[in-house]
Amino acid sequence: MDFSLLANAIIAGLLLGGFYAAVTAGISISFGMLDIVNIAHPAFIIVGSYIAYIVNATFGIDPILASIIVLPAFYALGAAVYQVYYLAFEKRGQEALRGLAFFFGVLFVTEVVLLLVFGVDYRSVNAVYIGPSLHLGSVELPLRLLVPFLFAAAMFAALQIFLSRTFIGRAVMAVSQDPLALRLMAVNPTRIKRIAFGISIATASLAGAFLIIIQPVIPSVGRDYIGRVFAICVLGGLGSLPGTVIAALLLGVLESLTSTYYGPSWAPAVSFGILLLTLAVRPSGLLGR
Amino acid sequence: MRTPIFILVQAVIGLALYGLFIFYGNDYWFYAGYTVLQFVVLATAWNILGGYCGYVNFGSAGFFAIGAYSTVFLYTVGQQIDDVVPESLQGVMHLIFPLSLPTMIVIGGICAGLVGLGTGYLTLRLRGVFFAIATLALAVVLETLVVNWEFVGGSRGAYVIPPSKIPIFGAYIHFLFALMIVLAIVALACARLIERSRLGYGFATIRDDELAAEACGVPTLRLKLTATVLSGALMGMAGAPFPYYIGYVEPSSAFNLSYAVNSIAMPMIGGTTSWVGPLIGAILLGTLQQLATVTISSVANLLIVGLLLIGFVIVAPNGIVGLWQDWFGKKSVKSRRSET
Repeated sequence: MDFSLLANAIIAGLLLGGFYAAVTAGISISFGMLDIVNIAHPAFIIVGSYIAYIVNATFGIDPILASIIVLPAFYALGAAVYQVYYLAFEKRGQEALRGLAFFFGVLFVTEVVLLLVFGVDYRSVNAVYIGPSLHLGSVELPLRLLVPFLFAAAMFAALQIFLSRTFIGRAVMAVSQDPLALRLMAVNPTRIKRIAFGISIATASLAGAFLIIIQPVIPSVGRDYIGRVFAICVLGGLGSLPGTVIAALLLGVLESLTSTYYGPSWAPAVSFGILLLTLAVRPSGLLGR
Repeated sequence: MRTPIFILVQAVIGLALYGLFIFYGNDYWFYAGYTVLQFVVLATAWNILGGYCGYVNFGSAGFFAIGAYSTVFLYTVGQQIDDVVPESLQGVMHLIFPLSLPTMIVIGGICAGLVGLGTGYLTLRLRGVFFAIATLALAVVLETLVVNWEFVGGSRGAYVIPPSKIPIFGAYIHFLFALMIVLAIVALACARLIERSRLGYGFATIRDDELAAEACGVPTLRLKLTATVLSGALMGMAGAPFPYYIGYVEPSSAFNLSYAVNSIAMPMIGGTTSWVGPLIGAILLGTLQQLATVTISSVANLLIVGLLLIGFVIVAPNGIVGLWQDWFGKKSVKSRRSET
């Protein structure tokens, strides 16, 4: 009995971890590879959730399909945000203080606007896989966790292939290390960063759909994810996608164990503990450069 | 202007304000004035680390709530001495409790300062951005702790009943308002003193080029920790009277994100380079929010603050003070320098 509780907690944690990895993917690109501390990322994820909700409620389209349809819009949004960020802060060399304040403002304004439009009611979506579970012996696999997990894995595989195999992907990996060398290869670093930031925001659309499949969403829920995404990103090693996945699975399992044995109200403290521990012991993370 | 004179001038302004409110205003003025002054303290405290050192603290709400909850804790202990304290110590505890509010403010400041020291020590040795992220998560974790801590009310919240009258001041809110004036004077005097001292120049070197400062022998980590502790302690002190002001504290009101946003937005809008900026920002935004809360809605005024923050960091990076200096040339800078 006790063993099945433990097994269930670990499986649920792994599935949750896959979702956390999807949430962190965008941060891993923007913060890890581009050195843009986009603390507004969770806000974009919540926007993704609400868009999935609207599309699902009006047209009855599957939330994940809906989020894939709006991917280009999110990409464009990301590119636009980067353009503002570049002109206002990066170009003037003021990203450290004012750039952070800018993203904080974006985070806050997004939350307040969603609050004004949708109110504080919990919103959720309808899909066939929300509700039923697969059973493997005594272990339960809820489909509403399993489906996001599988899509997150596919997303990561696609991102990893894009980054390591294509020219633009490699340029993204290079841009924060040596923009000058990139220029010598006749590549415009600003353009590369714009593309990469657009992709990072595009992942928020998918992550938002996963989020609203897993749990009902209110505008302030994004705040709970700020600590998590940065803890995962730092623990995994900045800019390393495999590291991000490992760290996300680890955090998922630890949180799941914590909420099983100590109560769910303690779960948010886990990520902060991990963040502080990583910064104190091994700031370069698990798979850091 | 020398510091004692500066404090005297502030005290006179504070007294004048108090007198004005007593003779021409009503209790609402005191309540509104308290909130604005609380933001003056928070903004000034934030600016000691953010404006002078260039390190962003997103956890103002956390530090504020530490102050508020240390008061709740001390108040609850004072109420239940016979239940929570071993019998041998009860005599002593009855002598100590109930604590006066100024004592609680000092204790709240110490607690918040210690948390600042701990967080800073773990994260400030690395890139500045890690500190910002850690403070962002700090508020969430502290809220988790408080929600799970039944003694201070947990998620249900706790009542703190202020006495209805107090000697000399009369109504309790008058006393709270006077305390906030004192806190604001302390915070502003602190900030101004730092600006003109060795400490302030050390902070400025960190802000401008930390690596070069380190290479020149500036003890950057120690200076950063000093700034974090000072700034955290002032935020805690601003939060300590909060339970007495509001009467009922729950985690979501004490950890309200609006404190974090306001204490960043106010210095950014006023200007981060000197003590005047946060003061201007806090008075402008604080008053604006009081008006907007009454006339429009409390959600709308948060939207205004957020949009102003974004607008100012993009268009006017040096805030209102910077705009003033741009429009009126370098004269204002020079005249301020000649005063010192």
